[in-house]
Amino acid sequence: MSSSTPLLAVDELSVVFGGHGSDEVRAVDGVSFTLEEGRVTGLVGESGCGKSVTSLALMGLLPDRGVRVGGSAVMQVPGGTADLLKLSQRRMRDLRGSQMAMIFQDPLSSLNPVVPIGRQVTEILRRHRGMRGSAAAKEAAELLDRVGIPDPERRLREYPHQLSGGMRQRALIAMAVACRPRVMIADEPTTALDVTIQAQILELLKNLVTEEGTALLMITHDLGVVAGLCDDINVLYAGRAVEKAPRAPLFAQPTHPYTVGLLGSIPRLDAPRGEPLTPIRGSINDNIAWTRGCAFAPRCDHYTMECLQGPPDLVAVGAAAGVEGGGGSTGAAAEHVHRCVNPVRGADTADRSAPESPAAVGEDEEAQG
Amino acid sequence: MPTTPSSQNRSESREGTKAPEPADSRDGHTPLLGRRAAKVDRLAELMGRREEGGHGAGVWRTAFDRMRRSPMAITGAVIVAVFVVVALFSPVIAPYEPVAQTWGDEVFPNRSVFVGPRAENWLGLDNLGRDQFSRMVIGARQTLLVGVVATLVGFGVGALLGGAAGAAAVLGGRWGRQVDNLVMRVIDMMLALPTLLLAVTVAALVGPSLTTVMIAVGVAQVPIFARLLRGAMLSQGSRDYVLAARALGVRKHRIALVHILPNSLGPVIVQSTLTLATAIIDAAALSYLGLGNPDPAFPEWGTMLADAQRFLSSAPQLAVYPALAIIVTALGFTLLGEAMREALDPKLRK
Repeated sequence: MSSSTPLLAVDELSVVFGGHGSDEVRAVDGVSFTLEEGRVTGLVGESGCGKSVTSLALMGLLPDRGVRVGGSAVMQVPGGTADLLKLSQRRMRDLRGSQMAMIFQDPLSSLNPVVPIGRQVTEILRRHRGMRGSAAAKEAAELLDRVGIPDPERRLREYPHQLSGGMRQRALIAMAVACRPRVMIADEPTTALDVTIQAQILELLKNLVTEEGTALLMITHDLGVVAGLCDDINVLYAGRAVEKAPRAPLFAQPTHPYTVGLLGSIPRLDAPRGEPLTPIRGSINDNIAWTRGCAFAPRCDHYTMECLQGPPDLVAVGAAAGVEGGGGSTGAAAEHVHRCVNPVRGADTADRSAPESPAAVGEDEEAQG
Repeated sequence: MPTTPSSQNRSESREGTKAPEPADSRDGHTPLLGRRAAKVDRLAELMGRREEGGHGAGVWRTAFDRMRRSPMAITGAVIVAVFVVVALFSPVIAPYEPVAQTWGDEVFPNRSVFVGPRAENWLGLDNLGRDQFSRMVIGARQTLLVGVVATLVGFGVGALLGGAAGAAAVLGGRWGRQVDNLVMRVIDMMLALPTLLLAVTVAALVGPSLTTVMIAVGVAQVPIFARLLRGAMLSQGSRDYVLAARALGVRKHRIALVHILPNSLGPVIVQSTLTLATAIIDAAALSYLGLGNPDPAFPEWGTMLADAQRFLSSAPQLAVYPALAIIVTALGFTLLGEAMREALDPKLRK
């Protein structure tokens, strides 16, 4: 595979729930992004903006009733390319686990409580690599060792409730990487973990990506995680991408008011004591349909009447007329796009560029380079 | 608290068998550090185990701890234990042959002459001069046999139907939901019939015998087991670990058998304890109605009750003994089952 063709190209993915009688809900509405080998792509947004639905749609795990999936997701698979959204169930089942794997949010509930870890790991090896008996057990121990679980032989015999939270997530990652998948989707893998474990897990994921050349789709609401891990970032709102950019320009010069709001609502350690956080007002339910205008407009501090004149398009930053603040980003302009008619620009965002989430400590210098 | 030391004891006894292994394997490199690490790990595990209580093996362990403190469970367990011991060793315990009419010349039912409890016959004689106590003890064995076999029949068939329906509904897609629908409508029809009526119908169709009673009572329990297992499987099917298994490409039949089924068996196991009680009562009822084993060599509590009915005015004790035995045994199983259900149900925990 040449490096120019992406490993997985998602184009205009849309997921619509409902149908008979009830109102339709467009959970994902024309999201496009690409995954490339050895790169981490982030999907960022608050709860309910369609992140998890996107990942489930790609894995073919959405329920078959009352769901319509549109668009395409072309993936490089052995022997050509395949559109994940149109493959048969059987074919998808063979791809899941071997070519693509997923890591879930809650490591405890994602492990079967009554089956020892060892059996859960060897099950995957047996399913996709045809390994059995002692060979599978040996490989399983190696996998656990690889993801940093000490004393793997003993852990293989233990049940999920005997493991700590971090170790459970490591075990899940071991299961996900068991067959060296080319695409890995991590759906908020660190949300249920405490901050120190979070940093370890992110480090582990990063190593797996660089060593194996896996493409990782990182789904998170934690901008600290994004800053530490992701190469390309898609900010979603109400089912559509509102801003997408490589990491450095996004944090240095966020242009969409939603991105600016997300960055602004992160608590900072160096903020004066007692200073209130600046949240984005309202909730994700206070939106208008994308067909009528910008869905974020009701919550936006920057909106003008222009925002309500029909759906805004994804445009390159700096393409809009009268750009003053975005002058420095001409090189990155093609990669940095946003869906806004009245973007934020200028110095008022500069001081918010680096989030201070503990998970990102030590990674910030990379963000500049 | 009585539980804390006991749970510690048990963990320690487990440690005795398990601890040397990791210590040995680490002694090679860093003995001191390794041993300390093992100790810390062990401590963390013990703490985790005590705090947990919500997952996997911990559920059964905490349920057991809870049951040991519940007077209901203890009473039930004692009754059940006595009953099972008596039933298993009945030929040894029974002092006389249950069919031998040894004292036939002492009892005259026509003249209302009966023999009550006395030194050689603890519960007196029945209408044919047979030792009532021996007949009761031998009857316990029949009752246990009927109860267990009927429950196994109900469990087996019900779990098969319910499991198939549940698995089809969770994993089978559109096709599976139709299979599930079909099976469950049949089950609903069975459930709509009163248990005893269903059992009587089966018994009447096949003819009176012990096997008939077992099958009839078992069939009557099938819909309960089927619905229960299907419901449990449906609720487990929407759990994260099933999604995770699907995300890893595990085959459907393996997800159903390895992941969903073991997690769904808890309520079914509890139900089988309760079913034993119902089965015993139902079996007695069927025998009482004359659909049980007609062979006098195998006395059964229900049959004994039916026989005693004719002499109810002159010798009520003949009816009282088997009736009491049925009630107490059924009570024992019910108490045990209910206590188990309560102990396993997080909503009922205090």
